[in-house]
Amino acid sequence: MTRLIVTAGDGTRHEVEAADGLSLMEALRPLDIGIAGECEGSAACASCHVWVADAWIARLPEPEDAEADMLDCAFNTRAGSRLSCQLRVGPELEGLEVTVPHA
Amino acid sequence: MSGSARAGAMRDVAVIGAGPVGLFTVFALGQAGLDALVVDALDAPGGQCAALYAEKPIYDIPGRPSVTAAALVADLVQQAAPYAPLYLLSRRAVGLRQDGEGFRIALSDGSEAAARAVVVAAGAGAFGPNRPPLPGLAAFEGESLFYAVDDPERFRGQRVVIAGGGDSAADWAVILAARAAEVTLVHRRPVFRAAPATLGEIERLQKAGRIRIAAPRTLAGLAGTGGRIAAVRLGDGAGGEEEVAADALLCFYGLSKDLSALAGFGIDAGASGIPVDPASMQTRRAGVFAVGDIADYPGKLKLILTGFAEAARAAHSALALLRPEAARHFEHSTSRGDPAARAVQGGDPAARAVQGGDPAARVHA
Repeated sequence: MTRLIVTAGDGTRHEVEAADGLSLMEALRPLDIGIAGECEGSAACASCHVWVADAWIARLPEPEDAEADMLDCAFNTRAGSRLSCQLRVGPELEGLEVTVPHA
Repeated sequence: MSGSARAGAMRDVAVIGAGPVGLFTVFALGQAGLDALVVDALDAPGGQCAALYAEKPIYDIPGRPSVTAAALVADLVQQAAPYAPLYLLSRRAVGLRQDGEGFRIALSDGSEAAARAVVVAAGAGAFGPNRPPLPGLAAFEGESLFYAVDDPERFRGQRVVIAGGGDSAADWAVILAARAAEVTLVHRRPVFRAAPATLGEIERLQKAGRIRIAAPRTLAGLAGTGGRIAAVRLGDGAGGEEEVAADALLCFYGLSKDLSALAGFGIDAGASGIPVDPASMQTRRAGVFAVGDIADYPGKLKLILTGFAEAARAAHSALALLRPEAARHFEHSTSRGDPAARAVQGGDPAARAVQGGDPAARVHA
């Protein structure tokens, strides 16, 4: 299990113990805070867009082309924008902080 | 056939959604002796397969070790073709009401379709442009804010802001640079994903002062009155903003899916889909079935192959409903014979009727 810290669009803070091996999208979707994952993890929509905290940007693997291209079609993007379906929960994500963009 | 759908173009079954499962539903209905019309928001069949990942290979279709989404759709269109479905493309199903023994389906172009039963194969929803979540956006849509370009000349002499990603944003920036007074290309990052030739053109036009690239920037707001944009506000993702004076905004943020129209269908369509009885695929409304990703029941697997099986299930249910007098004769497709030959024998060789698009041409393109 890996501990994740998630801030929802309305500012609510959640601590999640997520099973290793899930995608971050799968770990966050049950919280019902706006992570839809409509394309079920194929990087073909941006409904699982999150902002990872600045300190985490360089600690995560770089987005592959499909993710980067899809993020070009997301709204409210920032330097830490990622598709949570493309990140895999595991020990290296212990303590990861992400925010779900409003709207 | 042309013009809007004739209200009264009655078919046995209306299939809502021309994705892979909707297309196979047409085939399964045809095997059961039922004819179908198919409604889809896109201008070609294929649903997500065609719109989101046409060139991606799919590996979990039984008997097809690898098939691109586009090729699968083309084959499903071909497989359904002997049953001459009426394609009602480029329009969404927006309403459903009982009409005697059957149903009338209200379509987004103002027309109606009629059928004795309905199969909802709407996947994750009807596709439409992905609209930026900006306050007051709707007031500008169609006046000075567009999601597609029908006539580039409209922008001659204008200050145009182009936002979004992919080939569309880059291609239109190049095309409009020759006509517009100013072109500002708003992008999440300095790198663009486009054809190498287009990227070269953008670089050349940028050096020539014909295109300004605003990156990394995101849309932050719109100003203007009476439908006319005066300025577009851009955010830098770190709290800073700039304002670009503009006459028009073109948004290319891909497609979004919308299920809201189904809320009024009386079938409990919600965030997790449409509840059905998996033994019949019937929704809570008699005569209305749901199949594919949108159909929800305990143990549901959202796979194309699951949807195919559900399509066959729904077709048998529709047959029992619409032809209660028919003997419950079961026949494998091998015994039934070549669908194409049967359709011709049956005296209905009608070339597929299509309105609002051309399935075959688009899918094979």
